[in-house]
Amino acid sequence: MRVSLGSVARFMGTRLLSSAIVLFGVVVVVFALIQLVPGDPVRLALGTRFDQEAYDALRAASGLDRPLVEQFFSYLGGVLTGDLGVSFRNGQPVVEILLSRLPATVSLAIPGLLIALLIAVPAGIWSALHEGKVSDGIVRVASQAGVSIPDFWLGLLLISLFAVRLGWLPSSGYVPIATDPAQWLRQVVLPATTVGIVAGAIMTRYIRAAVLEVAHAGFVRTAVSKGLAPGRVTFAHIVRNALVPVLTITGIQLATILGGVIVVEVVFAWPGLGRLVYDAVAARDYPVIQGAVLLIAMIFLAVNLVVDALYALVDPRIRLA
Amino acid sequence: MSAESLTAEPATTRFSSWRLLASNPVTVASIVVLGLIIAGALLAPWLAPYGANEINVANQLQPPSVEHWFGTDDLGRDIFSRVILAAGTSLTIAFAAVGFALLVGGGIGIVSGYFGGPTDAVLMRVVDIMFAFPVLLLALAIVAIFQPGIPTTIIAIGVVYTPIFARVARGSALSVRTSPFVQVSQTMGTPAVSILGRHVLPNISGPLIVQTSLSLAFAILSEAALSFLGLGVQPPDPSWGGMIFTAQGFLGLAWWMAIFPGAAIFVTALAFNLVGDGLRDVLDPRQRTIIEARRTA
Repeated sequence: MRVSLGSVARFMGTRLLSSAIVLFGVVVVVFALIQLVPGDPVRLALGTRFDQEAYDALRAASGLDRPLVEQFFSYLGGVLTGDLGVSFRNGQPVVEILLSRLPATVSLAIPGLLIALLIAVPAGIWSALHEGKVSDGIVRVASQAGVSIPDFWLGLLLISLFAVRLGWLPSSGYVPIATDPAQWLRQVVLPATTVGIVAGAIMTRYIRAAVLEVAHAGFVRTAVSKGLAPGRVTFAHIVRNALVPVLTITGIQLATILGGVIVVEVVFAWPGLGRLVYDAVAARDYPVIQGAVLLIAMIFLAVNLVVDALYALVDPRIRLA
Repeated sequence: MSAESLTAEPATTRFSSWRLLASNPVTVASIVVLGLIIAGALLAPWLAPYGANEINVANQLQPPSVEHWFGTDDLGRDIFSRVILAAGTSLTIAFAAVGFALLVGGGIGIVSGYFGGPTDAVLMRVVDIMFAFPVLLLALAIVAIFQPGIPTTIIAIGVVYTPIFARVARGSALSVRTSPFVQVSQTMGTPAVSILGRHVLPNISGPLIVQTSLSLAFAILSEAALSFLGLGVQPPDPSWGGMIFTAQGFLGLAWWMAIFPGAAIFVTALAFNLVGDGLRDVLDPRQRTIIEARRTA
């Protein structure tokens, strides 16, 4: 099949425009966050550490003493130039803090997603191809259980078994992969398994549904009635055509995991974006909360755009619709 | 064909739907389990053998026994009593939050889908913006604005699930809008409010019922996560998430402190999910996608 790059570009142009509109809305929501705080956010953030000098300095730095419209355009300008203000807690630039936390989140998200795919692709395809059989029933119940399990509880159960009881793996902590790959691997196993089991359960259900939908399509019936070998029908027709929805759910899950698996990072003391948001909420460090929320929403939109682009390349119906 | 018969809704299949639902043993079992959980939560003040905050330091960290079915915690409080007393709080938050999302999101979706045009375009952009935030992150941001506690938890979870209901209701309202019985009603000059009430609402109730059940499962999980993080139900009020947070410090010493509250969350969420699944199979086979995709985080 020849892909017309023009139609892909047109499709992506439309998608980029609508993402830009959504992104603008996201900036408005993130800006509004600090405005909605009842009372004085700087005073709240300082709490018992209040002293007039620190208060005046932070208030001036945050720009909260200026008129609302001016504050908004200044925030918008900051977003465009990569200046998200400074932390109420330690005065460090928010962008610096966010960038320092991103590698930990990425180094948890990728193994987590790999584990999820390792579970979901075989289980989802197997379950769909054995629809109504006992093995399908087992996969369906197991995936439903995986969707219903609280991830922080699953994490604690894994710690309790593999760290406390058996002593095979560390219960928490993080070393960058570049510093000590072996230690990173030992520390990433439990949090990545926790993330992978929950995401894998969700993806199994999607993949099963996607494969089933294709398996019931007319062209598959034609392929079967033509006398094609069952293996060829399964892989060349069913699985290949089910890849598009699988790509979508993988993209959504990657974006969601990158967006900070907050409780898992808290349980395993993993210093990623999720843990950062948690600490910032507890300390009422509003500029950091705003920055993290903005970055996570941007990651989400960016991953969705990439998925859409791949989608358009793979499936002509999407870009021509 | 008379105008009367044209504006009549399609023959109801409600009776056969319920029969179909009752023929699925997993759904029936889940409904029974849910019934028991709700009854337990309602009767908890009478069923609990001890008070939620009845401290007995001499009795701390006792394993499950005849006196303390689920054992005791680090302050000697009875875990069984705390688990069943926390059920009421969790369920109240889940029902209130999902009720809020159903009313607000459902309302937005129906108006958006039925009227279309610029109203629809604006409302759906707002929904798109809300979808750009992962669920728990948005809830945390809302908690950061207000003080943590039960009302904030309800608002946070309610707001987070509002766009999901808006999308489901909009999709259903859109398809009902183009159906012949609605179009004939419109041609006959029936006011929009009465078309919405008499035709649109009953016909989109299936997808909304399914969404409500699935959302209750995820609301239970979200509340537990917020309470685990110390940003939901505040101690000393018992909450499943809060109990698991305390249990973290005693993993090697008292496994029962984490197991029972976690099992309570798991069983409740699973039951709501399975009931939702059963309802979906009967009422709306193509749904489920949005909420489940957004489960992690």
